[in-house]
Amino acid sequence: MPLQLDIVTPEKKVFSDIVENVYLPGADGEIGVLPMHAGLVTALKPGELRYLYNGHVTTLAVGSGFAEITQTKVVVLTDMALGEAEIDIQTAEEAIQRAQEKLQSIEHSMGAEEVAYLQGVISKSTAAIQFKRKSR
Amino acid sequence: MANLRDIRRRIKSVKNTAQITRAMQLVAAAKMKRAQDQALAGREYALRLTQMIYDVRRNFVEETHPFIEPRHGKRELVLLISTDKGLCGALNTNLARKVKALTQADADFVTVGRKLRVMCEKLGKKVVADFTVRDPVPFSKTRPIATFLSQQYLEGNYDKISIAFTSFVNTLRQEPEVVTLLPIHGHRYGEHQAYESIGKGFSVEEHKHDPERDYSFEPSVSEVLAAILPLYVNYQVFQAVVESRASEHSARMVAMKSATDNADKFIKELTLEYNKLRQGAITSELLEITTAMKAME
Repeated sequence: MPLQLDIVTPEKKVFSDIVENVYLPGADGEIGVLPMHAGLVTALKPGELRYLYNGHVTTLAVGSGFAEITQTKVVVLTDMALGEAEIDIQTAEEAIQRAQEKLQSIEHSMGAEEVAYLQGVISKSTAAIQFKRKSR
Repeated sequence: MANLRDIRRRIKSVKNTAQITRAMQLVAAAKMKRAQDQALAGREYALRLTQMIYDVRRNFVEETHPFIEPRHGKRELVLLISTDKGLCGALNTNLARKVKALTQADADFVTVGRKLRVMCEKLGKKVVADFTVRDPVPFSKTRPIATFLSQQYLEGNYDKISIAFTSFVNTLRQEPEVVTLLPIHGHRYGEHQAYESIGKGFSVEEHKHDPERDYSFEPSVSEVLAAILPLYVNYQVFQAVVESRASEHSARMVAMKSATDNADKFIKELTLEYNKLRQGAITSELLEITTAMKAME
């Protein structure tokens, strides 16, 4: 029974092929998916996504988003999906710093939406940095 | 008939024009490539997101959210996405015509792009807000637009939010479209069921009852809906702006290319005429000289 994994971000289709298993950072904790998994739609939080492809485990840092799981298919929609080589710690740290400064300076005047967005940037970048440090 | 100096002057001025349009063509071509890539890359995500919402809705018809509840009022707000600059063929005119045909006569407008905002003002339409989005389009810059539209909708100021934009088909073809953003509802296009979004190309497959697609939800249906619907609205606005930009640069590239071609053709014709006149002048001069010589013999 094959398991088709599609990872899609607004910029591009990151991955699309048959894999053996997938681990997703679900909103309520990590979810492991094997073929014939029950249908599930879950929110994702920024973290680490792993899949076994051609006998190798590949790990990506992903942002928040959604995953749709059927018995034969996993579709991951996320605003970020980066491999270890694509993460630049300095850029990520700068992004965190910028977001934090902005958050502090105008938190009161901004809408909840904007605050949520900035917090999203922070948690996304933090996940990316942790992921990069770990894999070294 | 014009004399030699006049023609020379005209050739020079047409050459200047051709040079300018050629430069604009090159600039547009470079921007076009980037904008087209962005538009095409974003479609996959839009399609998947649409499919996901469709699947969720199919399983939980009773679960509801302000964004999907149908409304029966008539007040309409249109997000009108046009270009800031002209010289892009009939792009804005076509969009304006489509908007006139497909929206309520008393609809209010939110505009992106200067060209059609000016038109709205001329026609005495009410422009509620105007946004500027720079080029290339960053996702975070379209978020305030989506937020504004959702707010207007949730506060009950309007019963329907539409987006009018130009959907990118290919470099030579761009289609003006008016689609409903809110309330989010299914629409039929032939065999397919689509959430009206980025035009008709974005229909999702309709499944017969398929046990494979009976879902459970984490953390819960309502929480997933509450997160995914605003994302959908955000993303639709973003994709509409991106598509419009791709269309704009394509249309401008094509318009500038045909302007350059016309100028080149014109230069050719003028040069031909210039040479004819010049040769004529030389011939008559020679004739005069030979006649003079004959007379002196």
